[in-house]
Amino acid sequence: MAPWLVRTSSQLARRAASRLLSPSQHRRHRAPAPWILCSVPPVPRTSPAAGGGLREFCSVRGFTGESSAAAAATAEDGLAGGDLQELDFPGGKVSFVAEMNFLPESQRERINCYRVLDDDGRTVSGSKFQEVSKDMALKMYSEMVTLQIMDTIFYEAQRQGRISFYLTSHGEEAINIASAAALSMDDIVLPQYREPGVLLWRGFTLQEFANQCFGNSLDYGKGRQMPIHYGSNRLNYFTVSSPIATQLPHAVGAAYSLKMDKKEACAITYFGDGGTSEGDFHAALNFAAVMEAPVIFFCRNNGWAISTPTAEQFRSDGAVVRGLAYGMRSIRVDGNDALAVYSAVHTAREMAITEGRPILVEALTYRVGHHSTSDDSTKYRPVDEIEHWRTARDPISRYRKWVQGNGWWSDSDESELRNSVRHELLQAIQVAERMPKPPLTELFTDVYDEIPSNLREQERLLRDAIKKHPADYPADVHV
Amino acid sequence: MAAASSSSLHATAAALHGVGAAASSKPRAAAPGARSVRVAAAARRSGSVRARGGMVARAAVAVTCLVFCIPFFFCGRLLHEVLLFEALREALIEEMKADPTVYVFGEDVGHYGGSYKVTKGLAEMFGDLRVLDTPIAENSFTGMGVGAAMKGLRPIIEGMNMGFLLLAYNQISNNCGMLHYTSGGQFKIPVVIRGPGGVGRQLGAEHSQRLESYFQSIPGLQMVACSTPYNAKGLMKAAIRSENPVVLFEHVLLYNLKEKIPDEEYICCLEDVEMVRPGEHVTILTYSRMRYHVMQAAKTQVNKGYDPEVIDIRSLKPFDLHTIGNSIKKTNRVLIVEECMRTGGIGASLRAAIIDNFWDYLDAPIMCLSSQDVPTPYAAPLEDATVVQPAQIVAAVEQICQ
Repeated sequence: MAPWLVRTSSQLARRAASRLLSPSQHRRHRAPAPWILCSVPPVPRTSPAAGGGLREFCSVRGFTGESSAAAAATAEDGLAGGDLQELDFPGGKVSFVAEMNFLPESQRERINCYRVLDDDGRTVSGSKFQEVSKDMALKMYSEMVTLQIMDTIFYEAQRQGRISFYLTSHGEEAINIASAAALSMDDIVLPQYREPGVLLWRGFTLQEFANQCFGNSLDYGKGRQMPIHYGSNRLNYFTVSSPIATQLPHAVGAAYSLKMDKKEACAITYFGDGGTSEGDFHAALNFAAVMEAPVIFFCRNNGWAISTPTAEQFRSDGAVVRGLAYGMRSIRVDGNDALAVYSAVHTAREMAITEGRPILVEALTYRVGHHSTSDDSTKYRPVDEIEHWRTARDPISRYRKWVQGNGWWSDSDESELRNSVRHELLQAIQVAERMPKPPLTELFTDVYDEIPSNLREQERLLRDAIKKHPADYPADVHV
Repeated sequence: MAAASSSSLHATAAALHGVGAAASSKPRAAAPGARSVRVAAAARRSGSVRARGGMVARAAVAVTCLVFCIPFFFCGRLLHEVLLFEALREALIEEMKADPTVYVFGEDVGHYGGSYKVTKGLAEMFGDLRVLDTPIAENSFTGMGVGAAMKGLRPIIEGMNMGFLLLAYNQISNNCGMLHYTSGGQFKIPVVIRGPGGVGRQLGAEHSQRLESYFQSIPGLQMVACSTPYNAKGLMKAAIRSENPVVLFEHVLLYNLKEKIPDEEYICCLEDVEMVRPGEHVTILTYSRMRYHVMQAAKTQVNKGYDPEVIDIRSLKPFDLHTIGNSIKKTNRVLIVEECMRTGGIGASLRAAIIDNFWDYLDAPIMCLSSQDVPTPYAAPLEDATVVQPAQIVAAVEQICQ
């Protein structure tokens, strides 16, 4: 390149830089004060020279109108020596370089994964983690077992034709229970659909789960949703909505509401590796970072989105690296290590609340079960891969080894627990199955807060039709 | 008065229907108060309402005025002149002052004040947290509104142009309209989704969408279209107070309409029509900008000896079939004038509803004038030819009255 061009361009750069820099603009980009101390996010003060307004951007927009006299003067003011200049650009100073360097598409090494327990259930030496009491540890373990048994039995019930659909969380029990254990009841949970363990932890009973799966009159959803679409406002667990990743912006909105109320709580939302491809993922992370919303984005990277492996889902190093792109703190954690998940969520929650910031947690795990009862994953992945993760990498066994190693659990406790859970579940299913379905009135209520006349009319017509031809309608639906 | 209940859809109150019917036969000069059925509900808000002997007395005055149709105009109420966008802003300010859970967000609503100045000054009044500028992601900020509403806030979501809310269709249809139902009533979504829509002046096809056509099937949503500064303010307030998700359609060309509106607080009923011009020969059903084309055509029709009854249906979902039906029973002829496209628009649904309910009262087939089934072109003469013009309305009335 012609030397005169290089000289001219550096001259132009210097001139442009000097137009932007003025003594009052030599301020560092201030870190915002903790959000809980003020009701309005702190806004950087502009210099009196800039044309008013509250935005840093105004200082950039002003530069086209600046006189060249100002540009000629103070050309060397406070700038780095030599040919390397700085640009005061929205977001902070940017250094110029003469070398043309493209950022690599991937790091040489993948982001490290935080774990506490090794494969044999022993704490890795030097590991730092959030301690749990014996009671908490045992509760976590028994809920993981309960979740596993619940999944197994409901899955079987679907195979027997007793419920129409089910999907399991096999392999992700540690994610479900340990993350739930690290939260408080005031934290708002926005699930995708593979997190019933969070609801279980919070106190949803096996009977309540069964009622929803059977869609009977005791279902809190009043029989309106497919199985596994649980919801409980009492337990701060937002009703599952099928479309992928729509809950991520919901979480930002819920966190926003917590921020306005200045509550000591955060929102947490779960999604899979597939969900990170949705537009809502991108925008929700972006919003949360911009709005400094206290939300934990928990990605269950379980390797598969139905039949799509992660290699076909994205080319980034998983989900964790994307946090940086949005200006968000993030961590990768071993999703099959209950203590690691517990610690990570516990810490993430504290940061989210005290610092008013979103956190991205990526938990590496494996979807041991099929996507759902409508799927046969042996069609697209090797059986030995599934078996390996189901046995050698089972989060429950790993955690059990740790709990047993502490002398807190025995084999007889194990069989006792499994038997009683199984018994309770089978009971719950029997009861739920026999319970009548919701009455016809529930078809038309809750579409709006009160039934409008057109729906009332439709209900009347439906009732008339049923009265005229009762044999054509199910006998067990109360009219 | 049944309006004192907190329900938003109250089609059952017989008194309301009677009042509605009585009010609908009043001439246009009748007081604004005669049309606003929810004055009693408005009286509950002590903040901005001037006390006059307490709430009960106010409700009594409202009921009296409604039942006997005494125009408020003659009671010496104070009025002030506003443009339509200012009326919308007044509604926002009043509601945001009265209820701290109400907040506004959308693109450029904060410091910029909104692309049509509806939110101008609000960020200074209420702060960045309550008047929030969002990044450009309609589906996602609509989703954010849904989540916040489920948590207890009352968001007002602005689409910079209604057409952009097509990106939010997933959140609006699958979550906004549905979650109250699928959660078994555990979570409610009291959002207001609003923005400028309709065919403007050479804005191009993507900025000339008529979203009421696409949204009308979504169960769980309510839709209203404002057309005057008076009903804009009243409908905005009612929409904010409603427990249901409400889509409020504003029109790009109507923001600078001027009208004198009451100083006193009032709201309009979300489910009611507005009687614009009573008549005997034909019922003309219209809404939003087409109302003005219809009224322009009405002048010509009156000169030719016709007496059209013009109703601004305002409530696009659900239709106020009661009042519409009363009109049809009187005139026996219906002309629908809309800005939606011929296929699948509000007119198409309204026609079907009228045939279902009032077939026996029709002396002629229902006529429906709609926009052409084309993307709205940019060139002015082409754009004019896309929408219904007054001359076509005059011709249609002549044809239907033969």
